[in-house]
Amino acid sequence: MPFERILLRNVDVPNSEKIGTYLERGGYQALRKALQEYTPDELIEIVKASKLRGRGGAGFPAGLKWGFMPKGDVTKYVCVNTDEGEPGTFKDRLLVERDPHQVIEGTIIASYAVGAHRAFVYIRGEFFMGVKRWIKAIADAYDHGFLGKNILGSGFDLDLSVHRGAGAYICGEETAMLNSLEGKRGEPRLKPPFPAQVGLYGQPTLVHNVETLANVPHIVLRGPEWYASIGTEQSTGPKIFCISGHVKRRGNYELPLGTPLRKIIFEHAGGMRDDRPLKAVIPGGASTPVLTPEYLDITMDFESLAKAGSMLGTGAIIVLDESTCMVDVARRLTKFFAHESCGRCTPCRVGTQRMLEILNRIEYGQGQEGDIDLLLSLCEGIAGRTFCPMGDAAVNPTLSTIKHFRDEYEYHIKHKRCPAA
Amino acid sequence: MPEKPSRFRDPTKQSMLLTALYIAQEQYGYLSEEAMERTAARLGLTLKDVYSTASFYTMFRTQPLGKYVIQVCEGLSCFLVGGAERLVDYISRKLNIQPGQTTPDGLFTLQTVQCLASCGTSPTLKVNDELYEDMTPDKVDRLLDQLAGR
Ligand SMILES: Cc1cc2nc3c(=O)[nH]c(=O)nc-3n(C[C@H](O)[C@H](O)[C@H](O)COP(=O)(O)O)c2cc1C
Ligand code: SF4
Ligand code: FES
Repeated sequence: MPFERILLRNVDVPNSEKIGTYLERGGYQALRKALQEYTPDELIEIVKASKLRGRGGAGFPAGLKWGFMPKGDVTKYVCVNTDEGEPGTFKDRLLVERDPHQVIEGTIIASYAVGAHRAFVYIRGEFFMGVKRWIKAIADAYDHGFLGKNILGSGFDLDLSVHRGAGAYICGEETAMLNSLEGKRGEPRLKPPFPAQVGLYGQPTLVHNVETLANVPHIVLRGPEWYASIGTEQSTGPKIFCISGHVKRRGNYELPLGTPLRKIIFEHAGGMRDDRPLKAVIPGGASTPVLTPEYLDITMDFESLAKAGSMLGTGAIIVLDESTCMVDVARRLTKFFAHESCGRCTPCRVGTQRMLEILNRIEYGQGQEGDIDLLLSLCEGIAGRTFCPMGDAAVNPTLSTIKHFRDEYEYHIKHKRCPAA
Repeated sequence: MPEKPSRFRDPTKQSMLLTALYIAQEQYGYLSEEAMERTAARLGLTLKDVYSTASFYTMFRTQPLGKYVIQVCEGLSCFLVGGAERLVDYISRKLNIQPGQTTPDGLFTLQTVQCLASCGTSPTLKVNDELYEDMTPDKVDRLLDQLAGR
Protein backbone atom coordinates (compact mmCIF):
# COMPACT_ATOMS: atom_id res chain seq x y z
CA MET A 1 0.00 0.00 0.00
CA PRO A 2 1.48 3.40 -0.87
CA PHE A 3 2.26 5.62 2.06
CA GLU A 4 -0.45 8.20 2.61
CA ARG A 5 1.24 11.57 2.52
CA ILE A 6 0.99 13.68 5.64
CA LEU A 7 3.20 16.74 5.24
CA LEU A 8 2.73 16.95 1.49
CA ARG A 9 -0.96 16.04 1.47
CA ASN A 10 -1.95 19.52 0.33
CA VAL A 11 0.82 20.57 -2.02
CA ASP A 12 -0.73 19.29 -5.24
CA VAL A 13 -4.20 20.67 -4.52
CA PRO A 14 -5.03 23.80 -6.55
CA ASN A 15 -4.51 26.99 -4.52
CA SER A 16 -2.95 24.95 -1.73
CA GLU A 17 -1.25 28.05 -0.35
CA LYS A 18 -4.54 29.80 0.38
CA ILE A 19 -6.01 29.82 3.84
CA GLY A 20 -9.44 28.81 2.46
CA THR A 21 -7.98 25.64 0.95
CA TYR A 22 -6.13 24.86 4.14
CA LEU A 23 -9.26 25.31 6.25
CA GLU A 24 -11.37 23.19 3.90
CA ARG A 25 -8.85 20.42 4.27
CA GLY A 26 -9.01 20.42 8.05
CA GLY A 27 -6.44 23.10 8.73
CA TYR A 28 -6.18 24.89 12.09
CA GLN A 29 -8.16 22.18 13.86
CA ALA A 30 -4.98 21.08 15.60
CA LEU A 31 -4.48 24.62 16.87
CA ARG A 32 -8.01 24.69 18.25
CA LYS A 33 -7.46 21.34 19.92
CA ALA A 34 -4.10 22.39 21.35
CA LEU A 35 -5.45 25.59 22.84
CA GLN A 36 -8.70 24.14 24.15
CA GLU A 37 -7.71 20.70 25.35
CA TYR A 38 -4.09 20.90 26.45
CA THR A 39 -1.89 22.88 28.78
CA PRO A 40 1.49 23.95 27.44
CA ASP A 41 3.21 21.28 29.54
CA GLU A 42 0.91 18.60 28.19
CA LEU A 43 1.82 19.64 24.66
CA ILE A 44 5.52 19.32 25.45
CA GLU A 45 4.84 15.81 26.75
CA ILE A 46 2.90 14.98 23.58
CA VAL A 47 5.75 16.07 21.36
CA LYS A 48 8.20 14.14 23.53
CA ALA A 49 6.04 11.04 23.22
CA SER A 50 5.87 11.41 19.44
CA LYS A 51 9.70 11.23 19.40
CA LEU A 52 9.74 13.87 16.67
CA ARG A 53 13.33 14.75 15.77
CA GLY A 54 14.48 17.96 14.12
CA ARG A 55 14.48 17.93 10.33
CA GLY A 56 17.04 20.74 9.95
CA GLY A 57 19.97 18.35 9.85
CA ALA A 58 20.96 17.34 13.35
CA GLY A 59 17.93 15.26 14.33
CA PHE A 60 17.73 16.58 17.87
CA PRO A 61 14.54 15.49 19.73
CA ALA A 62 12.06 18.36 19.43
CA GLY A 63 10.20 17.68 22.68
CA LEU A 64 13.45 17.75 24.61
CA LYS A 65 14.30 21.12 23.10
CA TRP A 66 10.86 22.48 24.03
CA GLY A 67 11.47 21.21 27.56
CA PHE A 68 14.77 23.14 27.76
CA MET A 69 12.96 26.44 27.35
CA PRO A 70 12.65 28.03 30.81
CA LYS A 71 9.19 28.16 32.33
CA GLY A 72 7.50 31.24 33.67
CA ASP A 73 7.18 34.84 32.80
CA VAL A 74 10.31 35.60 30.79
CA THR A 75 10.34 36.98 27.27
CA LYS A 76 10.86 34.07 24.90
CA TYR A 77 11.00 33.76 21.14
CA VAL A 78 10.37 31.16 18.48
CA CYS A 79 12.20 31.24 15.14
CA VAL A 80 11.26 29.38 12.01
CA ASN A 81 14.33 28.48 10.00
CA THR A 82 13.58 28.88 6.27
CA ASP A 83 17.16 29.35 5.16
CA GLU A 84 17.36 26.16 3.10
CA GLY A 85 20.34 26.32 0.74
CA GLU A 86 22.53 23.25 0.98
CA PRO A 87 23.00 21.67 -2.46
CA GLY A 88 20.53 18.80 -2.81
CA THR A 89 17.92 20.17 -0.39
CA PHE A 90 14.65 21.61 -1.69
CA LYS A 91 11.88 20.52 0.67
CA ASP A 92 11.37 23.59 2.85
CA ARG A 93 10.84 25.81 -0.17
CA LEU A 94 8.07 23.47 -1.31
CA LEU A 95 6.40 23.48 2.13
CA VAL A 96 6.54 27.26 2.41
CA GLU A 97 5.43 28.03 -1.12
CA ARG A 98 2.67 25.44 -1.31
CA ASP A 99 1.45 24.95 2.25
CA PRO A 100 2.58 27.85 4.45
CA HIS A 101 -0.37 27.52 6.83
CA GLN A 102 0.69 24.07 7.90
CA VAL A 103 4.00 25.57 9.11
CA ILE A 104 2.26 28.56 10.70
CA GLU A 105 -0.10 26.27 12.59
CA GLY A 106 2.86 24.28 13.89
CA THR A 107 4.62 27.49 14.87
CA ILE A 108 1.65 28.78 16.85
CA ILE A 109 1.32 25.49 18.72
CA ALA A 110 5.04 25.43 19.49
CA SER A 111 4.93 29.04 20.70
CA TYR A 112 1.99 28.29 22.97
CA ALA A 113 3.76 25.23 24.38
CA VAL A 114 6.95 27.11 25.27
CA GLY A 115 5.21 30.34 26.29
CA ALA A 116 6.50 32.63 23.54
CA HIS A 117 4.44 35.59 22.38
CA ARG A 118 6.69 36.67 19.56
CA ALA A 119 7.85 34.51 16.69
CA PHE A 120 9.93 35.23 13.62
CA VAL A 121 10.24 33.57 10.27
CA TYR A 122 13.76 33.82 8.94
CA ILE A 123 13.74 33.22 5.21
CA ARG A 124 16.67 33.32 2.86
CA GLY A 125 16.71 36.37 0.64
CA GLU A 126 16.71 34.36 -2.58
CA PHE A 127 13.26 32.89 -1.86
CA PHE A 128 11.26 35.73 -3.29
CA MET A 129 8.12 33.68 -3.88
CA GLY A 130 8.48 32.21 -0.39
CA VAL A 131 8.65 35.68 1.15
CA LYS A 132 5.44 36.66 -0.63
CA ARG A 133 3.69 33.46 0.40
CA TRP A 134 4.77 33.83 4.03
CA ILE A 135 3.59 37.44 4.22
CA LYS A 136 0.21 36.70 2.67
CA ALA A 137 -0.36 33.60 4.79
CA ILE A 138 0.52 35.41 8.00
CA ALA A 139 -1.81 38.29 7.15
CA ASP A 140 -4.65 35.83 6.50
CA ALA A 141 -3.92 33.98 9.73
CA TYR A 142 -4.26 37.29 11.60
CA ASP A 143 -7.56 38.01 9.84
CA HIS A 144 -8.92 34.66 10.95
CA GLY A 145 -7.86 35.18 14.55
CA PHE A 146 -5.13 32.52 14.52
CA LEU A 147 -2.50 35.15 15.26
CA GLY A 148 -2.60 38.31 17.33
CA LYS A 149 -4.35 38.85 20.64
CA ASN A 150 -6.43 36.22 22.40
CA ILE A 151 -6.10 33.55 19.73
CA LEU A 152 -9.40 31.66 19.32
CA GLY A 153 -10.56 33.03 22.66
CA SER A 154 -7.84 31.17 24.53
CA GLY A 155 -6.19 34.22 26.08
CA PHE A 156 -2.94 33.31 24.29
CA ASP A 157 -1.29 36.08 22.24
CA LEU A 158 1.24 35.62 19.48
CA ASP A 159 2.75 37.91 16.89
CA LEU A 160 4.55 36.45 13.89
CA SER A 161 6.52 38.34 11.26
CA VAL A 162 8.86 37.65 8.38
CA HIS A 163 12.52 38.58 8.29
CA ARG A 164 14.25 38.31 4.97
CA GLY A 165 17.90 37.28 4.88
CA ALA A 166 20.21 38.54 2.18
CA GLY A 167 22.30 35.73 0.77
CA ALA A 168 24.47 33.79 3.22
CA TYR A 169 24.17 30.04 3.67
CA ILE A 170 25.68 30.21 7.15
CA CYS A 171 22.60 32.09 8.40
CA GLY A 172 20.89 28.69 8.44
CA GLU A 173 23.05 27.83 11.43
CA GLU A 174 20.79 28.78 14.29
CA THR A 175 23.03 31.22 16.15
CA ALA A 176 24.15 32.92 12.92
CA MET A 177 20.45 33.27 12.16
CA LEU A 178 19.89 35.03 15.48
CA ASN A 179 22.65 37.53 14.69
CA SER A 180 21.16 38.11 11.27
CA LEU A 181 17.72 38.67 12.82
CA GLU A 182 19.34 41.30 15.03
CA GLY A 183 20.62 43.11 11.93
CA LYS A 184 24.21 42.00 12.36
CA ARG A 185 26.68 40.02 10.30
CA GLY A 186 25.42 36.45 10.18
CA GLU A 187 28.31 34.94 12.07
CA PRO A 188 27.68 32.02 14.42
CA ARG A 189 27.84 32.48 18.18
CA LEU A 190 29.71 30.15 20.45
CA LYS A 191 27.58 27.34 21.95
CA PRO A 192 26.89 26.84 24.81
CA PRO A 193 24.89 28.75 25.76
CA PHE A 194 22.32 27.25 23.42
CA PRO A 195 19.54 29.42 22.00
CA ALA A 196 17.03 27.81 24.39
CA GLN A 197 18.94 29.56 27.19
CA VAL A 198 20.39 32.66 25.51
CA GLY A 199 19.01 33.35 22.07
CA LEU A 200 17.50 36.28 20.25
CA TYR A 201 18.22 39.57 22.11
CA GLY A 202 19.69 37.42 24.84
CA GLN A 203 16.37 35.74 25.59
CA PRO A 204 15.45 32.03 25.47
CA THR A 205 14.66 31.11 21.87
CA LEU A 206 13.30 27.99 20.23
CA VAL A 207 14.62 27.50 16.70
CA HIS A 208 13.08 24.95 14.38
CA ASN A 209 13.30 23.91 10.80
CA VAL A 210 10.20 24.39 8.62
CA GLU A 211 9.63 20.67 8.13
CA THR A 212 9.91 19.97 11.87
CA LEU A 213 7.15 22.48 12.62
CA ALA A 214 4.98 21.11 9.80
CA ASN A 215 4.79 17.82 11.72
CA VAL A 216 3.41 19.41 14.87
CA PRO A 217 -0.27 19.90 13.88
CA HIS A 218 -0.51 16.25 12.82
CA ILE A 219 0.97 15.04 16.09
CA VAL A 220 -1.54 17.10 18.07
CA LEU A 221 -4.49 16.08 15.93
CA ARG A 222 -3.82 12.37 15.56
CA GLY A 223 -1.86 11.73 18.72
CA PRO A 224 1.74 10.86 19.52
CA GLU A 225 1.14 7.09 19.45
CA TRP A 226 -0.07 7.25 15.87
CA TYR A 227 2.92 9.41 14.97
CA ALA A 228 5.46 7.18 16.71
CA SER A 229 4.03 4.15 14.92
CA ILE A 230 5.39 5.59 11.65
CA GLY A 231 9.07 5.04 10.96
CA THR A 232 11.53 3.24 13.19
CA GLU A 233 11.96 3.00 16.94
CA GLN A 234 14.26 6.02 17.17
CA SER A 235 13.39 7.84 13.97
CA THR A 236 9.66 8.37 13.94
CA GLY A 237 7.29 9.97 11.52
CA PRO A 238 7.31 10.88 7.86
CA LYS A 239 10.27 12.49 6.13
CA ILE A 240 10.47 14.43 2.92
CA PHE A 241 13.32 12.99 0.90
CA CYS A 242 14.66 15.28 -1.82
CA ILE A 243 16.13 13.30 -4.69
CA SER A 244 18.36 14.89 -7.28
CA GLY A 245 21.12 13.87 -9.64
CA HIS A 246 21.14 10.89 -11.97
CA VAL A 247 17.70 9.38 -11.45
CA LYS A 248 14.72 9.21 -13.77
CA ARG A 249 12.27 11.09 -11.55
CA ARG A 250 13.86 13.73 -9.36
CA GLY A 251 11.73 15.41 -6.75
CA ASN A 252 10.39 15.41 -3.20
CA TYR A 253 9.06 12.11 -1.87
CA GLU A 254 7.39 11.88 1.51
CA LEU A 255 7.97 8.45 3.04
CA PRO A 256 8.30 6.99 6.52
CA LEU A 257 11.73 7.31 8.08
CA GLY A 258 13.40 3.94 7.73
CA THR A 259 12.43 3.43 4.09
CA PRO A 260 15.23 1.53 2.30
CA LEU A 261 17.46 3.70 0.14
CA ARG A 262 17.17 1.22 -2.72
CA LYS A 263 13.41 1.55 -2.70
CA ILE A 264 13.55 5.34 -2.78
CA ILE A 265 15.94 5.40 -5.71
CA PHE A 266 14.65 2.48 -7.76
CA GLU A 267 10.92 2.58 -7.07
CA HIS A 268 9.96 6.10 -6.16
CA ALA A 269 12.54 7.96 -8.24
CA GLY A 270 12.17 5.46 -11.11
CA GLY A 271 15.73 4.15 -11.05
CA MET A 272 18.86 5.40 -12.71
CA ARG A 273 18.70 7.81 -15.60
CA ASP A 274 19.56 6.00 -18.86
CA ASP A 275 19.87 2.86 -16.71
CA ARG A 276 23.53 3.50 -16.04
CA PRO A 277 25.03 1.76 -13.02
CA LEU A 278 24.99 3.63 -9.74
CA LYS A 279 28.35 4.72 -8.45
CA ALA A 280 27.69 6.59 -5.22
CA VAL A 281 25.00 8.28 -3.16
CA ILE A 282 25.18 11.35 -0.98
CA PRO A 283 22.41 10.44 1.45
CA GLY A 284 21.57 13.63 3.33
CA GLY A 285 22.73 16.78 1.61
CA ALA A 286 26.07 18.28 0.64
CA SER A 287 27.57 17.94 4.10
CA THR A 288 26.97 14.21 4.54
CA PRO A 289 29.63 11.59 3.70
CA VAL A 290 29.09 9.68 0.44
CA LEU A 291 28.06 6.03 0.42
CA THR A 292 28.88 3.33 -2.14
CA PRO A 293 26.40 0.88 -3.75
CA GLU A 294 27.08 -1.69 -1.01
CA TYR A 295 24.98 0.53 1.23
CA LEU A 296 21.91 0.53 -1.02
CA ASP A 297 19.96 -1.65 1.37
CA ILE A 298 20.43 0.74 4.23
CA THR A 299 17.27 2.17 5.74
CA MET A 300 16.98 5.94 5.69
CA ASP A 301 16.83 6.89 9.35
CA PHE A 302 19.11 8.70 11.77
CA GLU A 303 20.57 5.62 13.43
CA SER A 304 21.27 3.47 10.34
CA LEU A 305 23.06 6.25 8.55
CA ALA A 306 25.15 7.08 11.59
CA LYS A 307 26.11 3.42 11.81
CA ALA A 308 27.17 3.48 8.16
CA GLY A 309 29.47 6.41 8.87
CA SER A 310 27.24 8.99 7.26
CA MET A 311 24.25 11.07 8.32
CA LEU A 312 20.59 11.47 7.49
CA GLY A 313 21.13 15.23 7.45
CA THR A 314 18.25 16.90 5.68
CA GLY A 315 17.26 13.73 3.78
CA ALA A 316 18.59 15.16 0.53
CA ILE A 317 19.68 12.22 -1.60
CA ILE A 318 22.05 13.04 -4.45
CA VAL A 319 22.47 10.08 -6.79
CA LEU A 320 25.62 9.72 -8.87
CA ASP A 321 26.06 7.32 -11.79
CA GLU A 322 29.25 5.72 -13.05
CA SER A 323 30.09 8.65 -15.33
CA THR A 324 30.71 10.87 -12.30
CA CYS A 325 34.22 11.83 -11.25
CA MET A 326 34.39 11.63 -7.48
CA VAL A 327 37.27 14.10 -7.24
CA ASP A 328 35.09 16.54 -9.10
CA VAL A 329 32.22 15.89 -6.68
CA ALA A 330 34.48 16.64 -3.73
CA ARG A 331 35.82 19.71 -5.49
CA ARG A 332 32.38 21.11 -6.22
CA LEU A 333 31.08 20.55 -2.73
CA THR A 334 34.25 21.98 -1.21
CA LYS A 335 33.81 25.03 -3.41
CA PHE A 336 30.38 25.47 -1.91
CA PHE A 337 31.71 25.36 1.65
CA ALA A 338 34.71 27.57 0.84
CA HIS A 339 32.34 30.09 -0.70
CA GLU A 340 29.96 29.99 2.24
CA SER A 341 32.53 30.04 5.05
CA CYS A 342 31.70 33.11 7.12
CA GLY A 343 35.38 33.72 7.68
CA ARG A 344 35.18 33.93 11.42
CA CYS A 345 37.66 31.17 12.19
CA THR A 346 40.88 30.36 10.39
CA PRO A 347 40.66 26.56 9.99
CA CYS A 348 37.39 26.89 8.08
CA ARG A 349 38.17 30.11 6.20
CA VAL A 350 41.71 29.23 5.10
CA GLY A 351 41.46 25.47 5.29
CA THR A 352 38.57 25.16 2.86
CA GLN A 353 40.36 27.46 0.40
CA ARG A 354 43.51 25.37 0.61
CA MET A 355 41.50 22.19 0.11
CA LEU A 356 39.81 23.70 -2.91
CA GLU A 357 43.15 24.66 -4.47
CA ILE A 358 44.44 21.13 -4.08
CA LEU A 359 41.24 19.52 -5.34
CA ASN A 360 41.27 21.85 -8.34
CA ARG A 361 44.78 20.94 -9.28
CA ILE A 362 44.14 17.21 -8.89
CA GLU A 363 41.01 17.45 -11.02
CA TYR A 364 42.85 19.40 -13.74
CA GLY A 365 45.71 16.91 -13.94
CA GLN A 366 48.22 18.94 -11.98
CA GLY A 367 48.05 16.96 -8.79
CA GLN A 368 51.27 16.15 -7.03
CA GLU A 369 52.58 13.19 -5.12
CA GLY A 370 51.49 13.65 -1.51
CA ASP A 371 48.37 15.70 -2.31
CA ILE A 372 46.05 13.07 -0.88
CA ASP A 373 47.92 13.10 2.41
CA LEU A 374 47.94 16.87 2.34
CA LEU A 375 44.15 16.87 1.93
CA LEU A 376 43.77 14.41 4.78
CA SER A 377 45.92 16.47 7.08
CA LEU A 378 43.99 19.62 6.18
CA CYS A 379 40.74 17.83 7.00
CA GLU A 380 42.20 16.83 10.33
CA GLY A 381 43.16 20.42 10.99
CA ILE A 382 39.63 21.64 10.30
CA ALA A 383 37.26 19.03 11.74
CA GLY A 384 36.50 19.61 15.41
CA ARG A 385 38.56 22.79 15.50
CA THR A 386 36.08 25.34 14.27
CA PHE A 387 33.71 27.77 15.89
CA CYS A 388 30.56 26.22 14.41
CA PRO A 389 29.69 22.81 12.93
CA MET A 390 30.32 23.98 9.38
CA GLY A 391 33.96 23.05 9.65
CA ASP A 392 32.99 19.41 10.26
CA ALA A 393 30.54 19.53 7.39
CA ALA A 394 33.07 21.02 4.98
CA VAL A 395 35.54 18.15 5.23
CA ASN A 396 33.00 15.36 4.72
CA PRO A 397 32.93 15.34 0.91
CA THR A 398 36.70 15.09 0.67
CA LEU A 399 37.19 12.64 3.52
CA SER A 400 34.49 10.28 2.34
CA THR A 401 35.49 10.34 -1.32
CA ILE A 402 39.10 9.61 -0.39
CA LYS A 403 37.90 6.81 1.85
CA HIS A 404 35.78 5.10 -0.82
CA PHE A 405 37.42 6.24 -4.05
CA ARG A 406 41.09 6.75 -3.24
CA ASP A 407 42.06 4.98 -6.46
CA GLU A 408 40.39 7.76 -8.46
CA TYR A 409 42.46 10.38 -6.71
CA GLU A 410 45.57 8.32 -7.36
CA TYR A 411 44.67 7.90 -11.03
CA HIS A 412 44.29 11.67 -11.46
CA ILE A 413 47.65 12.31 -9.88
CA LYS A 414 49.50 9.51 -11.65
CA HIS A 415 48.09 9.99 -15.14
CA LYS A 416 47.74 13.75 -14.87
CA ARG A 417 44.17 13.72 -16.10
CA CYS A 418 40.58 13.03 -15.12
CA PRO A 419 39.45 9.62 -16.38
CA ALA A 420 35.90 10.90 -16.77
CA ALA A 421 36.81 13.99 -18.80
CA MET B 1 36.67 55.87 13.95
CA PRO B 2 35.60 55.34 17.58
CA GLU B 3 32.56 53.15 17.77
CA LYS B 4 29.56 53.84 19.96
CA PRO B 5 29.27 51.20 22.65
CA SER B 6 26.64 48.69 21.66
CA ARG B 7 24.38 49.45 24.61
CA PHE B 8 23.54 52.77 22.97
CA ARG B 9 22.20 51.04 19.92
CA ASP B 10 18.53 50.31 19.80
CA PRO B 11 18.26 46.57 19.10
CA THR B 12 14.82 46.96 17.56
CA LYS B 13 16.14 49.52 15.14
CA GLN B 14 19.23 47.51 14.33
CA SER B 15 16.97 44.55 13.54
CA MET B 16 15.46 46.68 10.79
CA LEU B 17 18.83 47.00 9.11
CA LEU B 18 18.50 44.25 6.50
CA THR B 19 15.07 45.50 5.51
CA ALA B 20 16.31 49.09 5.40
CA LEU B 21 19.23 48.05 3.21
CA TYR B 22 16.87 46.34 0.78
CA ILE B 23 14.85 49.54 0.56
CA ALA B 24 17.93 51.71 0.10
CA GLN B 25 19.26 49.35 -2.55
CA GLU B 26 15.97 49.55 -4.39
CA GLN B 27 15.97 53.35 -4.26
CA TYR B 28 19.60 53.93 -5.20
CA GLY B 29 20.10 50.87 -7.40
CA TYR B 30 22.99 49.84 -5.17
CA LEU B 31 24.37 50.65 -1.73
CA SER B 32 26.38 53.76 -2.32
CA GLU B 33 28.16 55.35 0.62
CA GLU B 34 25.43 57.95 0.70
CA ALA B 35 22.76 55.26 0.86
CA MET B 36 24.54 53.57 3.74
CA GLU B 37 25.08 56.85 5.58
CA ARG B 38 21.40 57.69 5.34
CA THR B 39 20.45 54.23 6.51
CA ALA B 40 22.80 54.60 9.47
CA ALA B 41 21.32 57.97 10.42
CA ARG B 42 17.77 56.64 10.19
CA LEU B 43 18.47 53.70 12.48
CA GLY B 44 20.79 55.41 14.93
CA LEU B 45 23.75 53.27 13.88
CA THR B 46 27.26 54.14 12.78
CA LEU B 47 28.32 53.86 9.14
CA LYS B 48 30.66 51.15 10.33
CA ASP B 49 27.75 49.12 11.74
CA VAL B 50 25.90 49.43 8.47
CA TYR B 51 28.90 48.63 6.31
CA SER B 52 29.83 45.67 8.48
CA THR B 53 26.41 44.11 8.00
CA ALA B 54 25.94 45.10 4.36
CA SER B 55 29.28 43.68 3.29
CA PHE B 56 28.50 40.30 4.84
CA TYR B 57 25.54 39.47 2.62
CA THR B 58 25.89 38.61 -1.06
CA MET B 59 22.56 40.12 -2.03
CA PHE B 60 23.70 43.60 -1.08
CA ARG B 61 25.74 45.28 -3.78
CA THR B 62 28.06 48.19 -3.44
CA GLN B 63 28.12 48.98 -7.14
CA PRO B 64 25.46 49.30 -9.82
CA LEU B 65 24.57 46.16 -11.74
CA GLY B 66 22.68 45.48 -14.94
CA LYS B 67 18.91 45.83 -15.24
CA TYR B 68 18.66 42.06 -15.27
CA VAL B 69 20.96 40.16 -12.93
CA ILE B 70 21.27 36.58 -14.14
CA GLN B 71 22.40 34.22 -11.42
CA VAL B 72 23.24 30.71 -12.53
CA CYS B 73 23.38 27.99 -9.90
CA GLU B 74 26.69 26.16 -9.87
CA GLY B 75 25.69 23.62 -7.23
CA LEU B 76 26.36 19.90 -7.60
CA SER B 77 22.78 18.88 -8.44
CA CYS B 78 22.65 21.45 -11.22
CA PHE B 79 26.01 20.33 -12.60
CA LEU B 80 24.93 16.67 -12.69
CA VAL B 81 22.14 17.42 -15.14
CA GLY B 82 24.01 19.65 -17.50
CA GLY B 83 23.92 22.94 -15.66
CA ALA B 84 26.47 24.93 -13.67
CA GLU B 85 29.43 26.10 -15.80
CA ARG B 86 27.98 24.57 -18.94
CA LEU B 87 25.10 27.00 -18.64
CA VAL B 88 27.37 29.80 -17.43
CA ASP B 89 29.65 29.31 -20.45
CA TYR B 90 26.70 29.34 -22.79
CA ILE B 91 25.33 32.60 -21.43
CA SER B 92 28.80 34.02 -21.16
CA ARG B 93 29.45 33.45 -24.87
CA LYS B 94 26.03 34.66 -25.85
CA LEU B 95 26.27 37.93 -23.92
CA ASN B 96 29.99 38.23 -24.43
CA ILE B 97 30.66 38.84 -20.73
CA GLN B 98 32.39 36.85 -17.99
CA PRO B 99 30.69 36.03 -14.69
CA GLY B 100 30.80 39.16 -12.55
CA GLN B 101 30.54 41.46 -15.57
CA THR B 102 27.75 43.59 -17.01
CA THR B 103 26.96 44.06 -20.70
CA PRO B 104 28.01 47.50 -22.04
CA ASP B 105 24.35 48.45 -22.58
CA GLY B 106 23.74 47.90 -18.86
CA LEU B 107 21.07 45.31 -19.54
CA PHE B 108 22.57 42.10 -18.17
CA THR B 109 24.89 41.13 -15.34
CA LEU B 110 26.03 37.53 -15.13
CA GLN B 111 26.76 35.92 -11.76
CA THR B 112 27.16 32.44 -10.36
CA VAL B 113 25.43 31.46 -7.14
CA GLN B 114 25.31 28.47 -4.88
CA CYS B 115 22.24 26.26 -4.52
CA LEU B 116 18.83 27.85 -5.18
CA ALA B 117 16.96 25.00 -3.47
CA SER B 118 15.52 23.78 -6.77
CA CYS B 119 17.84 20.83 -7.19
CA GLY B 120 14.99 18.55 -8.28
CA THR B 121 14.17 20.81 -11.22
CA SER B 122 17.72 21.79 -12.08
CA PRO B 123 19.53 23.32 -13.93
CA THR B 124 18.27 26.52 -12.38
CA LEU B 125 18.96 30.19 -12.65
CA LYS B 126 17.45 33.37 -11.33
CA VAL B 127 16.84 36.65 -13.09
CA ASN B 128 16.32 39.34 -10.46
CA ASP B 129 13.66 37.81 -8.19
CA GLU B 130 12.35 35.27 -10.67
CA LEU B 131 13.40 31.60 -10.60
CA TYR B 132 13.76 29.59 -13.83
CA GLU B 133 13.90 25.80 -13.61
CA ASP B 134 14.85 22.93 -15.94
CA MET B 135 16.89 25.33 -18.06
CA THR B 136 18.32 24.38 -21.44
CA PRO B 137 20.28 26.51 -23.94
CA ASP B 138 17.06 26.83 -25.97
CA LYS B 139 15.14 28.16 -23.02
CA VAL B 140 17.99 30.52 -22.22
CA ASP B 141 17.84 31.88 -25.78
CA ARG B 142 14.15 32.56 -25.51
CA LEU B 143 14.46 34.08 -22.05
CA LEU B 144 17.25 36.45 -23.04
CA ASP B 145 15.41 37.51 -26.18
CA GLN B 146 12.30 38.21 -24.18
CA LEU B 147 14.18 40.24 -21.57
CA ALA B 148 16.03 42.21 -24.21
CA GLY B 149 12.65 43.03 -25.75
CA ARG B 150 13.54 41.36 -29.02
C1 LIG C 1 26.25 25.46 8.51
C2 LIG C 1 24.87 25.13 8.96
C3 LIG C 1 23.79 25.46 8.16
C4 LIG C 1 22.49 25.15 8.56
N1 LIG C 1 21.46 25.48 7.73
C5 LIG C 1 20.19 25.19 8.11
C6 LIG C 1 19.08 25.55 7.29
O1 LIG C 1 19.25 26.11 6.20
N2 LIG C 1 17.83 25.25 7.71
C7 LIG C 1 17.62 24.63 8.92
O2 LIG C 1 16.48 24.41 9.27
N3 LIG C 1 18.64 24.29 9.72
C8 LIG C 1 19.92 24.57 9.36
N4 LIG C 1 20.96 24.24 10.19
C9 LIG C 1 20.64 23.64 11.50
C10 LIG C 1 20.29 24.71 12.52
O3 LIG C 1 21.48 25.17 13.13
C11 LIG C 1 19.39 24.18 13.62
O4 LIG C 1 19.97 23.05 14.17
C12 LIG C 1 18.01 23.82 13.15
O5 LIG C 1 17.38 24.90 12.52
C13 LIG C 1 17.17 23.38 14.32
O6 LIG C 1 15.90 22.97 13.88
P1 LIG C 1 15.38 21.49 14.06
O7 LIG C 1 15.60 21.12 15.50
O8 LIG C 1 13.94 21.62 13.73
O9 LIG C 1 16.13 20.63 13.12
C14 LIG C 1 22.27 24.52 9.80
C15 LIG C 1 23.36 24.19 10.60
C16 LIG C 1 24.65 24.48 10.20
C17 LIG C 1 25.78 24.12 11.07
S1 SF4 D 1 33.40 27.11 11.01
FE1 SF4 D 1 33.35 28.39 9.15
S2 SF4 D 1 31.24 29.06 9.03
FE2 SF4 D 1 31.54 28.33 11.14
S3 SF4 D 1 32.16 30.15 12.29
FE3 SF4 D 1 34.05 29.22 11.54
S4 SF4 D 1 34.46 30.29 9.59
FE4 SF4 D 1 32.32 30.67 10.11
S1 FES E 1 22.28 22.67 -6.72
FE1 FES E 1 21.39 24.08 -8.12
S2 FES E 1 19.45 24.45 -7.21
FE2 FES E 1 20.41 23.17 -5.74
